[in-house]
Amino acid sequence: MSLDPVLAVEDLWVELGPLDLLRGVSLSVAAGQVAGLVGESGAGKSMIGRSILGLLPTGARVSQGSIRFRGRELVGLPIRAHRDLLGRGMTLIPQDPMTSLNPVHRIGRHMLDVLRLRMGLDRTTARTRALALLDEVHIRDPEAVLMRYPHELSGGMRQRVLIAMAFACEPALIVADEPTTALDVTVQRQILRLIKELQVHHGTAILFVTHDLGVVAKICDTVTVLHSGRVLEQGPVADALGAPQHAYTQALLAATPRYDRPADTLHPVPAPLTEALRVEATALRRGG
Amino acid sequence: MAELGIDRLPGRQGVWVALCGNARVWGGGGVVGLFALIALFAPVLAPQDPLWQDLMLYQMPPAWLPGSEPGYWLGTDSLGRDLLSRLIHGTQVALIVAVVAAGAAGALGVLLGLMAGYFGGWVDALISRLIDVWVAFPPVLLSIVLVAVLGAGLHSVIIAIAVIDWTRFARVVRAEVLVQKEQDYVASAVTIGLGRWRILFGEVLPNVAPLVLVLFTMEMAIAVIVETILSFVGLSVASDRPTWGGMIAEGRQVIYEAPWMMLMPIGCLIALVLALNALGDGLKTALDPVLRR
Repeated sequence: MSLDPVLAVEDLWVELGPLDLLRGVSLSVAAGQVAGLVGESGAGKSMIGRSILGLLPTGARVSQGSIRFRGRELVGLPIRAHRDLLGRGMTLIPQDPMTSLNPVHRIGRHMLDVLRLRMGLDRTTARTRALALLDEVHIRDPEAVLMRYPHELSGGMRQRVLIAMAFACEPALIVADEPTTALDVTVQRQILRLIKELQVHHGTAILFVTHDLGVVAKICDTVTVLHSGRVLEQGPVADALGAPQHAYTQALLAATPRYDRPADTLHPVPAPLTEALRVEATALRRGG
Repeated sequence: MAELGIDRLPGRQGVWVALCGNARVWGGGGVVGLFALIALFAPVLAPQDPLWQDLMLYQMPPAWLPGSEPGYWLGTDSLGRDLLSRLIHGTQVALIVAVVAAGAAGALGVLLGLMAGYFGGWVDALISRLIDVWVAFPPVLLSIVLVAVLGAGLHSVIIAIAVIDWTRFARVVRAEVLVQKEQDYVASAVTIGLGRWRILFGEVLPNVAPLVLVLFTMEMAIAVIVETILSFVGLSVASDRPTWGGMIAEGRQVIYEAPWMMLMPIGCLIALVLALNALGDGLKTALDPVLRR
């Protein structure tokens, strides 16, 4: 692609104490594209998202590599400058809609805070905009929802609110950290469709973190397969999932249920394979 | 396509239902409220001037015992002062100390606890070590020393309690903030662009507020006891102001001749402390499911 990617991660290493959580990860997200990031739990998927957003947990830090967002280097950026990029530059659709909204504040307060702080809107304009956003995520009766507390809404509704909040500032990049994992299957489909719909409409680039290859096949343009903090396979979805090169990706595919394939042909990912990959990864050392 | 999941009670009615359905909140709150009304309207309610002495009518028994004097329902003390009026005015002192001292201890403790829990690092280390050192002192002794240094008076009692007991709030609030700050809503608040003080007071504090309310109620009970102890040893307000502790001290000297003189302030003390503890306990159970939802 001739255009510069919105996000370019290169040889990223993240450590937590003596432990390497990410081992030389490189990936990029082009404008208006959805880049999938898959891997089993503990593979470091969320760590990548958190490094990009500058929300690494206490103790974890980037030890090497570069994260370029719209041409700007984020590694080594002062935390305040990094936080200033959040909202209008990049933002997060969190994993668990149950805990991501403050239980003591009404939905209206959450939405108005984003619009007022990040977009600099006044109260009335922010309210109008909030209503329009809720409408855009197909919430009926947005007026009433603004007056609700989070626990009064279902998980799907809350995720819709969070999606509305993410798109509120028209960010260039959204990190969606397993946004459907905490939802039940029927709601998952609706939420996926909604994210895709808004993404196309707004032309936003999305880094879509998931452990579900089915989801990747449905909404992603490219995919990166991660294991033990390193990239095993990367490329356009059609290639990577259609003709996977790496044994692990093949194993993952064989373990994924599909409509066109009876369930009895599912094969768990062989333990020796994952073990070998883990040993291989631990042997990796940071380069200069 | 939108699935509306509004099935629970609107607004915060659920909390009120839980509060009103709790017998301890009712009972404890009722008794505490009664004491508060007595304190508020003490000058109106007291049948006599609590300081007026009638040496001809000393150590009169209460109305239900033989030899009592009409107009003195609970009898008189050794100086012929009306016990009921003194109890009523003593309630005022007890409750002023309870509310102001617990409030001051709470304000200090909550602020430091919030900072220690949220900022972590050296702030947490400093505040936590301070708490460790603080709780190593025996509290009653420390309060007596403090009041002795500050001089007797209502303000010294209040300062002493606040200075000693802020640690109760700080420790619990710190621990709860450690839990709350890992919640996703805090990360969301950061992405929204709220500043750290705004997150601390606007997002985290409301989530620990029910806990603080419970602690505050319990602290009021402790403050009442400490005030009684200090006035018992004569370190509270000036002696011309009736206090429960002072009355217990006076009654102690004539415990064989006039036991009611000591028993009545003790009864008031027990009733108020029990009511405050019951209220705090009730609040804890009533508010907890909300906090953890």
